[in-house]
Amino acid sequence: MMESVQRPHRENLIRWAASRPEVLVLSADLTSSCEADGFRDTYPERFFSMGMAEQNMMGFAAGLAREGFFPYIHTFAVFICRRPFDQVAMSIAYPNLPVRLIGFLPGITTAGGVTHQAIDDIALMRILPNMRILECGDATDVESVLDVAQDIDGPVYVRMLRGEVPRLFDPSEPLRFNRARVLTQGAEVLVLSTGICTEEAVRATQALRTRGLDVGHLHVSTLKPFDDPTVLEAIAKAKRGVITMENHSVIGGLGSAVAELMAERGLGVRLLRIGLQDTYAHGASRQYLMREYGLDAMALVRAVASLIGQPLALTEDDLAAVRLETMRQVDKTEDL
Amino acid sequence: MAQAGIQPRAQSPAAHIRGVADAVRRRVLEHTLNNNGGYLSQACSSAEILATLYLSVMRLGPSQEPLDPRPFAGVPSSANPGAFTGAGYNGTKAPELDRFIFSPVHYALVLYSLLIELDRLGPDALDDFNRDGSTVELIGAEHSPGHEVTAGSLAQAISQAGGIALARRMRGETGRVWVFMSDGEFQEGQTWEAFAALAYHRLGNIGIYVDANAQQCDGPMDAVMGIEPLAERLCAFGAEVHEVDGHDPVALAAPADSAIERDRPLVVIARTDPCRGLEQLRERAPKLHYVRFKSDAEFATYRSLLDSLRAEAC
Repeated sequence: MMESVQRPHRENLIRWAASRPEVLVLSADLTSSCEADGFRDTYPERFFSMGMAEQNMMGFAAGLAREGFFPYIHTFAVFICRRPFDQVAMSIAYPNLPVRLIGFLPGITTAGGVTHQAIDDIALMRILPNMRILECGDATDVESVLDVAQDIDGPVYVRMLRGEVPRLFDPSEPLRFNRARVLTQGAEVLVLSTGICTEEAVRATQALRTRGLDVGHLHVSTLKPFDDPTVLEAIAKAKRGVITMENHSVIGGLGSAVAELMAERGLGVRLLRIGLQDTYAHGASRQYLMREYGLDAMALVRAVASLIGQPLALTEDDLAAVRLETMRQVDKTEDL
Repeated sequence: MAQAGIQPRAQSPAAHIRGVADAVRRRVLEHTLNNNGGYLSQACSSAEILATLYLSVMRLGPSQEPLDPRPFAGVPSSANPGAFTGAGYNGTKAPELDRFIFSPVHYALVLYSLLIELDRLGPDALDDFNRDGSTVELIGAEHSPGHEVTAGSLAQAISQAGGIALARRMRGETGRVWVFMSDGEFQEGQTWEAFAALAYHRLGNIGIYVDANAQQCDGPMDAVMGIEPLAERLCAFGAEVHEVDGHDPVALAAPADSAIERDRPLVVIARTDPCRGLEQLRERAPKLHYVRFKSDAEFATYRSLLDSLRAEAC
């Protein structure tokens, strides 16, 4: 059965930062909420409480980065991307400073309602020159994203997961910069998913494959830059079309990035974008919201049916019966 | 052997600063005439503050940059290792040396003019002013001479300076961080967030000079949005605050001239006159933010004013 990990970032951050004295953590009154309390207690001299003042926190981080430190901002994604957008753009992104913006509660992963739900963060960060964007989809991503972020020359925005996080991917296969995980190969329909949508997508694609559908599935964790040859190759092979699936507005996120790529490369197949359809959400459980806004496995089944132009006899019970296990990436030479 | 009594008395440091400040005003006026436009009142209000910082307050090494400013080398990015800042004009970065963070970058012409008077920039550097492809930009950028951070979105520099000060304290450096701000920036919420953080983190290695000329783009500040009582507000935020005559070099330098180890930010509110040294400007009140001459007659008036100021200086 699929493993889940309690608060993987909390322990990983402590372990990872032990040998990196240049790494600092800045927090805006959400230290435990962003699993930085362990770091604070272990390395108090490297932890700075900046209060509920995100605009100033971005500037402090920029100044620290100019002096050779690596500030890891820990707060909710909405408070990185909305309120201090000008500060992120001018104090951090323009000078290409190595500030790591660790954003928690992506999309509808919180019952906190519209003020706490970052449904536009990828769009906002994507339009900033110099900014790179990483998104975690499981505990292995969470445990390896810091290495990837730290290797980047310039600012990085990380869509982070907290609390109980499933382990979808083998811990021996860390997140790699600008390389999608190939979960299944298939030439009929291609599914590109990010973040928490990948778990839902896996549920659907496994069921679809038992019905004989030749569906490929890639888990995307680098949203900017967006020129991964693995993704391009997979899109080029997809005969009937491509479906993107993201915990974000369909405007400006993965779906938009894929649309831009397909149009620029002249890859003329249909594209369906699963995500928030240009709407805000509200406060409710993740499961409830994923179903309400069509971000769940069943939504993918409906999208595939629409793409291939025929109904698929799959019910929610069928999907619930799918057993998820920790996966290894598909060897690209494997014949599927 | 020198004979006492017949040697000309050496100029006092304050007189030297006043002389430099007046030269800055003349140079800014000259370029406002040449370009038919400029931030002239900012030169009038801030010339002594900036001259005092460079000549009396800050410990800076010699300029590391060419007298003729380098052309723009592109925006910073991973693909552009050639991008640079203008900080080298303020000397090398060293643990014992101070740093200068210039916040209201629409004052750029004032800073360039001062750097010329101090031989940190060549006398022809302003030929590049506002010229396409030059770093001597109208609104200073981080690549402009004397500039170190991206500050044109007002109130962002104070936070960046706070980060630099924090980093320097962590490294045990003795050099201080000096920030030059305009009073209008105290309308921005970020400024107050920054002062809260500077005080909370007990950053005593940072000093802020404020050009309190009481002017902003729309006119007098009290007709736009009040910030007074500024000194009381800053005191309440935990800063050590001094209010001084912003045209008096001795008064400006006094608060900084201290061996006291501080554990809170120092603020010098320099009360200034936006028409200082150019009485003619008062005719344009209350709109002083950016000066563009309205008629040939007005241009000629300022042209002859510059000639008389030059004659006085000789």
